Amino acid sequence: MADSKAKSGLLLDIRNLRIEATVYPPGEAPKNIVLVHDVSLTLEKGKVLGLIGESGAGKSTIGLSSMGYGRGGVRITGGEVILNGRDILKGGKEGFRKLRGREVCYVAQSAAAAFNPAHRLMDQVVEATLLHGTATRAEAEKRAVGLFRKLSLPNPETIGERFPHQVSGGQLQRVMTAMALCSEPDLIVFDEPTTALDVTTQIDVLAAIKDAIRDTHVAALYITHDLAVVAQVSDEIMVLRHGRLVEWGGTRQIIKEPRQEYTNALVSVHEIEHQEQQPGTTPFLSVKNVTAAYGRSHIKVLKNVSVDIYPGQTLAVVGESGSGKSTLARAITGLLPPEEGTVTFDGRPLANKLADRPKEDLRQLQMIYQMADVAMNPRQTVGTIIGRPLEFYFGIRGRERDKRVADLLDKIEMGKGFIDRYPAELSGGQKQRVCIARSLAAKPKLIICDEVTSALDPLVAHGILELLLELQKEESVAYLFITHDLATVKSIADSIAVMYRGEVVRYGAKSKVLTPPFDAYTDLLLSSVPEMEIGWLEKAIKGRRMASAGN
Amino acid sequence: MSSPIVKLVAQRVALGILLLLAVSVLIFAGTQILPGDVAQAILGQSATPESLANLREQLGLNQPAYVRYFQWLGGVLTGDLGTAMSSGQDIATSIKGRLWNTLFLAFWAAIVAVPLAIILGLIAVRYRNGWVDKLISGLALASTSFPEFFIGYVLVYFFAVKWQIFPGISTVYDGMPFGERMQAIALPAAALTLVVLAHMMRMTRAAILNVMQSAYVETAELKGLSAFNVIRKHAFPNAIAPIINVVMLNLAYLIVGVVVVEVIFVYPGMGQYLVDHVTKRDVPVVQAVGLIFATVYISLNIIADIAAIVANPRLRHPK
Repeated sequence: MADSKAKSGLLLDIRNLRIEATVYPPGEAPKNIVLVHDVSLTLEKGKVLGLIGESGAGKSTIGLSSMGYGRGGVRITGGEVILNGRDILKGGKEGFRKLRGREVCYVAQSAAAAFNPAHRLMDQVVEATLLHGTATRAEAEKRAVGLFRKLSLPNPETIGERFPHQVSGGQLQRVMTAMALCSEPDLIVFDEPTTALDVTTQIDVLAAIKDAIRDTHVAALYITHDLAVVAQVSDEIMVLRHGRLVEWGGTRQIIKEPRQEYTNALVSVHEIEHQEQQPGTTPFLSVKNVTAAYGRSHIKVLKNVSVDIYPGQTLAVVGESGSGKSTLARAITGLLPPEEGTVTFDGRPLANKLADRPKEDLRQLQMIYQMADVAMNPRQTVGTIIGRPLEFYFGIRGRERDKRVADLLDKIEMGKGFIDRYPAELSGGQKQRVCIARSLAAKPKLIICDEVTSALDPLVAHGILELLLELQKEESVAYLFITHDLATVKSIADSIAVMYRGEVVRYGAKSKVLTPPFDAYTDLLLSSVPEMEIGWLEKAIKGRRMASAGN
Repeated sequence: MSSPIVKLVAQRVALGILLLLAVSVLIFAGTQILPGDVAQAILGQSATPESLANLREQLGLNQPAYVRYFQWLGGVLTGDLGTAMSSGQDIATSIKGRLWNTLFLAFWAAIVAVPLAIILGLIAVRYRNGWVDKLISGLALASTSFPEFFIGYVLVYFFAVKWQIFPGISTVYDGMPFGERMQAIALPAAALTLVVLAHMMRMTRAAILNVMQSAYVETAELKGLSAFNVIRKHAFPNAIAPIINVVMLNLAYLIVGVVVVEVIFVYPGMGQYLVDHVTKRDVPVVQAVGLIFATVYISLNIIADIAAIVANPRLRHPK
């Protein structure tokens, strides 16, 4: 029966897949948890199935099961994975090795990390093909060059001679796609292939991947947390949550007529209603003509940047990676003393260097980072972490400190019960909330938020943004909000600075910045944000006026 | 070769030379601080103030210390290491043969120990946390934990006394045929190998395990490479820098730290020479040997640094 199905075009048939892992919670006995609960799916030859869900939904785990692979001690404990008419789970280690890199290939989230830094790209691209003996080296290299060309990589003839660090992130992601296609597999597992890329680069890579899938008739499992992205490439979409199937249907049905409440929550756009505030008469912090560079480099990371921040308002700084957004934050906080220009605070200039600033100035400017995990000492409790600024800036100790910490926890909508917890015991969203509480504890005038929602799932990020807006109203704190995500900007900013290669290319009130006519870069940035609409990708590519810098 | 590498290598070499000069000052100063001087040592009990003054005049010891330092340094740079007090022989001539013997022994010990340690490390990673890994780690650790003299005597007991395969005393002389020479150094070389093996093996294992978590190792696994090839082709090249470092440290030990083993096997190397002359308070010899050991140590560490730089593709192929 399996044979007849294979002939009819069925490539992958996963039945009642169950995947488990053993976890070792601190101070408790090891226990088994089920990551995937009896999920079934089928995929026909040449079709693309999108797997979508938040982190922990089991999408990558399911994707990798098609190669018989379990990350970090994850075990497939039940069900069948039928590929080309045979259950691969019965093939053992040897069987897995024969199909990996030949029948099924994998494209990882971060190509920059997934390429071996010690070898040239070409050696890595043809490695699987040579290993499985499906072509000679010359044939494989010829095929690879053809794929480089198809994926519109620059210098397709010679790019293979380069090492991974010599190629940009967006290009590497396309080389990785070429690597997957090179051994002419039946199925490719794309695991968040564009998530780590800038929005302007993502669109090019997405288009390249889509064309390559179409022209080579390879089937694909496309894993992502971004519905708008998956809607551009998939024939069908499967929504997963906590390792269970939520909904599975055609792309149009999922995004237009979702049948499940959870899918609906994912699909609906989470606009936060935020009334733009008019800039006050005097800014409390102005950055004037700041130029900065790292080390003694001639390359200026910031070029003549000027922005103003008004009390209780939010200035959003947008731009792609390398545009100087975070460097601007470093210049303001004194971590990177500017070479030229000044930062004035309450009408007086701030010392350039962090070390020269009095404690009071330090208190007024606080920061929240993208990676909440690494921004906290893992061996301190939440109480200690939030209490530290209270002790350091105000000398509040003992019971009074505990009371203030409890108030702050209340403000970030976490209960008193968290006071004795360690960061490792918190979820991603909770960690970021603790970081927010820590910065609020100093009662600053300005909090610099550096990509604070980028590492979070959309629904969690939404909660964080709402919290930040509410706290702004209560505490009248100003935010410098650094992000590459324009949707975020729309929901929380009062004014916007668009940065490109170290310069502010567009600056003003939100309504003004987001109203046409646009300059070329702002237009590129805005038009690159994926929309949940079939055919958006083609339209966006056609309408572009300039190429993105990441390519 | 591209410019960043040339610059980095030049920096390392310059730093090494500077370091060596500093060491030479320290060695010279150290021997000056010791009570008594060469004149006293030579005259011993029979010293009278007059004869001491005469001898000091004769040896140039009444000159200020810095003058003597530069005289000594100048001599060293031109290959003149001075004269041994105890025997009156030229130090450079007597050291030459012994240095050669020490290098010969160290070379063959390294030829066995380094590849063996790395291969055992690779195997330990391949079967990590299994019984093979535990066996390798356990044996290697045990061989390091036993003192050198114990290993040496155990080897002598079995291989020289009981089975009489190799000689228990490693006598070598000029013009000795290569085969016999190899047979003579078999036991000391084996003892040295056992001493340095574990350190290199465990560092190889740790360095490779460190990169086994990388995404590119997963990529290699998902290409269908066998576990051993994943380690050899994808993990090992990225773990090479720390491995080279620990290998060089152990090579240095093979040259400068073999005193005990040389004494056990009565091998005519540098270590024995040093020990002999320390007991005789022969300061010029101690200075010369100290300087040679320092040179070996610093050169090997420079080589390790340079190798680590060259092994890094980011430096070899800048953007």
